[in-house]
Amino acid sequence: MATTETFIGQPVLRKEDPELITGQANYIDNWTMPGMLWMALARPPYVHATIDGVDTSEAASMPGVVGVFTAADLELGALPFVWPITEDIKVPVHYALASDKVRFNGDAVAVVVAETREQAIDAAEAVAVTATELPAVIELEQAAKDEVLIHDDLGTNSVVHWSHGGAGDQSIFDSAPVVVQERYAQPRLIPNAIEPRGCLAYGVPAMDEWTLVSSTQIPHIVKVTLSGVTGIEEQKLRVIAPDVGGGFGSKLNVYAEEALALGLARKLGRPVKWIEGRRENYVATTHGRGVIHDCTLAGTEDGKILGLKFVELADMGAYYQLLTPGIPELGGWVYMGPYDPEAYWYEFTGIVTNSTPTDAYRGAGRPEATYVIERLVDTFARRIGKDPVEVRRMNLKPAFAEASTAISGLNVDSGNYEATLDTALGLVEYDKLRAQQRDARERGDTKQLGIGLSTYIEMCGLAPSNILGALRYAAGGWDGATIECLPTGKVLVKTGTSPHGQGHETTWAQIVADGLGVTPDDIEVLHGDTLITPLGMDTYGSRSVSVGGAALHFAVEKVKAKARTIAAHELEVSEDDLEWGEGSWHVAGAPDKAKTIPEIAFSAWHAHSLPEGTEPHLNATAVYDPPNFTWPGGAHICVVEVDTETGATEIVKYVAVDDCGTVINPMIVDGQIHGGVAQGVAEALYEEAIYDESGNLTTSTMTQYLVPTAVEVPTITTDGSHQTPSTTNPLGVKGIGEAGTIAAPPAVINAVIDAVSHLGVTAIEKPASPERVWRAIQDAQHQQGQSGQGGAA
Amino acid sequence: MTTVSVTVNGAMREADVEPRTLLVYFLRETLGLTGTNVGCDTSSCGACTVLLDGESVKSCTLLAAQADGRELTTIEGLAEGDELHPLQESFRRNHGLQCGYCTPGMLMAAASYLKENPSPSEDDVRLALEGNLCRCTGYQNIVKSILDAAGSMAGAGGGGA
Repeated sequence: MATTETFIGQPVLRKEDPELITGQANYIDNWTMPGMLWMALARPPYVHATIDGVDTSEAASMPGVVGVFTAADLELGALPFVWPITEDIKVPVHYALASDKVRFNGDAVAVVVAETREQAIDAAEAVAVTATELPAVIELEQAAKDEVLIHDDLGTNSVVHWSHGGAGDQSIFDSAPVVVQERYAQPRLIPNAIEPRGCLAYGVPAMDEWTLVSSTQIPHIVKVTLSGVTGIEEQKLRVIAPDVGGGFGSKLNVYAEEALALGLARKLGRPVKWIEGRRENYVATTHGRGVIHDCTLAGTEDGKILGLKFVELADMGAYYQLLTPGIPELGGWVYMGPYDPEAYWYEFTGIVTNSTPTDAYRGAGRPEATYVIERLVDTFARRIGKDPVEVRRMNLKPAFAEASTAISGLNVDSGNYEATLDTALGLVEYDKLRAQQRDARERGDTKQLGIGLSTYIEMCGLAPSNILGALRYAAGGWDGATIECLPTGKVLVKTGTSPHGQGHETTWAQIVADGLGVTPDDIEVLHGDTLITPLGMDTYGSRSVSVGGAALHFAVEKVKAKARTIAAHELEVSEDDLEWGEGSWHVAGAPDKAKTIPEIAFSAWHAHSLPEGTEPHLNATAVYDPPNFTWPGGAHICVVEVDTETGATEIVKYVAVDDCGTVINPMIVDGQIHGGVAQGVAEALYEEAIYDESGNLTTSTMTQYLVPTAVEVPTITTDGSHQTPSTTNPLGVKGIGEAGTIAAPPAVINAVIDAVSHLGVTAIEKPASPERVWRAIQDAQHQQGQSGQGGAA
Repeated sequence: MTTVSVTVNGAMREADVEPRTLLVYFLRETLGLTGTNVGCDTSSCGACTVLLDGESVKSCTLLAAQADGRELTTIEGLAEGDELHPLQESFRRNHGLQCGYCTPGMLMAAASYLKENPSPSEDDVRLALEGNLCRCTGYQNIVKSILDAAGSMAGAGGGGA
């Protein structure tokens, strides 16, 4: 239906929901096929060991087993790694099945294919592996000593070193009036999409045509890379991302199991399915974070930040997955935060360890960066005896509406940071809180109030292809969109992005509805199938709306231009006489002489009388390569109560003021912030992947790894009043998928430290468990007692 | 093999299954009711929550045989024909879901809870959801959805509009 209503900026209810609330979704585990076999992997109970033998005979004789395969039985190339960030990077060879050594809990040595899920799992447990155990190294600094080598052929565990190269006068780090030096450790995190991974491979053997259905964020990237791994010609390989139950970066990858399922379906000529168990997910799906930073802030006594320097050790895990060393590098461009220092330095060393490979986890490099800069700014403020708000205010880059080069060297599209800070301070009632805090301290209350700030920026909209090329990434960062106007007035939209909870079907429909003067209900958005959609680069890095959505905008423009030609012909006027408004092309000054898009689509379809040179069918495809990144920013403030006797932290207030440019659907944007902040709170207070000394993951199930529940996650107050348009794309959008996870961890930790800083505590690491907080208080008081020579503890 | 006979969403269903078959796989794979999801293997996440004789249970913690002779409701049976349950309406109205994977379990847990406590406080709802994990929403809009549904159900129950 043609309409004059506008939808951008409205909280349009999601088109996705009806199937999801009725149990009719098509997640991967709901897919089944005639003759389908099940796959299970044999992951031996070793962390680091030389494989002496793999005996598959018992497994092969078990009921329902069709075959048991080791690396030698399969013709699969190495798994894809697409971001060799330096010329001299050392790249561990990584195959779907290990044959010489296992190097972490998740390494598999054999794969079983059986008639049922249970038979496959039972038989995988019967694969007998003889191996010589080797010492395992998990700690970064221990691994860096090279006493135990993970990959003998590389000669070292320090596999990559990347330096930003620095900017500004580096002598400032020695000569500044105030130099703050800190070391911050950020533990590994397990992404925990509630749907584990899984895939189903099937095909037509005689045609060598194959389809992989996979719970993935990146069907297009999976297709092109697995074509290389399996030898299936790319035009004969189709990848489908069905309904995907969350990703958070953990499904931004190309995994061993996807290659194996495809390889085995092709070898056996039958469909092969694999569904990951949660224990398996914890060891075989990528982890995030796992970094240590040595940080230096050079500043003045009155609070001006002169220089920022960060030297990072980053845990790669046992191998690289798709992007592994690219993740810290991605953070390397945002360590200045929203501030404007004169000098900048960032470098990192990537180290392999006997643990699950790390890769993108919601925020990917930018949370790690934001955490250390925001911790450092608070430490600086405490050191010079100033309020952290005052120090931030003194250093925030003033508002700018046109792109401006940051000290790290990239062009920031636009920003208005102080305005978000002001709004957050108002919402949280900052001055009142500080007064309450003073009172509680004077009274010596058991529960002490803490206020933590995080003013942040992030680099989103990945990414300009030329910059990706300069950074040695193997692919581009563009995306595609197709619009087909159907003869009944309805519209099909096909996007190269691949959502997994973000609501693209709704947001994309809003963009097209406004552009073409129809309603979102008239539009069907298709995604996640390489056979149907235009080539694209999928969904991650808060890129979808600012790249895929912008591509859609240009497709809309093309459709409208073609429609104008047809409308002019039908109305017997010149195209120049037509203007767009009220949902139609109409003659300027004569709004009654008008043609709507549905009317023009019908004319273009029957094509009985089209203007000379105009092709039938009202459709268009646009491919958009962003000229720049997009740079959201904002201010988060967390208020906690810390029980000084137990160390327990409770979040009593959380305010998130995020400026993500133009907002298309405020309901969806708020939802992204809620979820992102929840993950950031989890990172700050609860979650940590812990390995024992032998390298076994001890937080190996959801009962040990503390994914927070509704009881722990606070209510979040959001504010969408700041919408500084991006200058990168015509929609003015910046992206919001990762902001919460980037901003929240330092806000929470700064609040916890602030709550007990009057007791002498200056540092508490993530996650701030009650025990860790309690110990920090005890240590501080012990130290104060010592320095006071027997004074009151 | 053992014979399991249950009433699911109002219909009698009977099948022979391996004794070790978990209820969730009986529902999903034997009966084809794939709306109930599996998210973990330690009964932690609650994605598999269904109603057994009207009360919420994690269907991965029970053997199918334990449900023999009993009545089950799954997400497929929550709506009354074409009319969505107020919780389903409310989850959509309040953006109480994103990827949707935890949603069937959340809805079933909430349906069971609102029968127990038709007018809960926010804290009550949060506590009641402790056995159900969501990684997308931060729970905020799930809690809002359940409170909103409680309100509309109370209105309907009291003969209101």
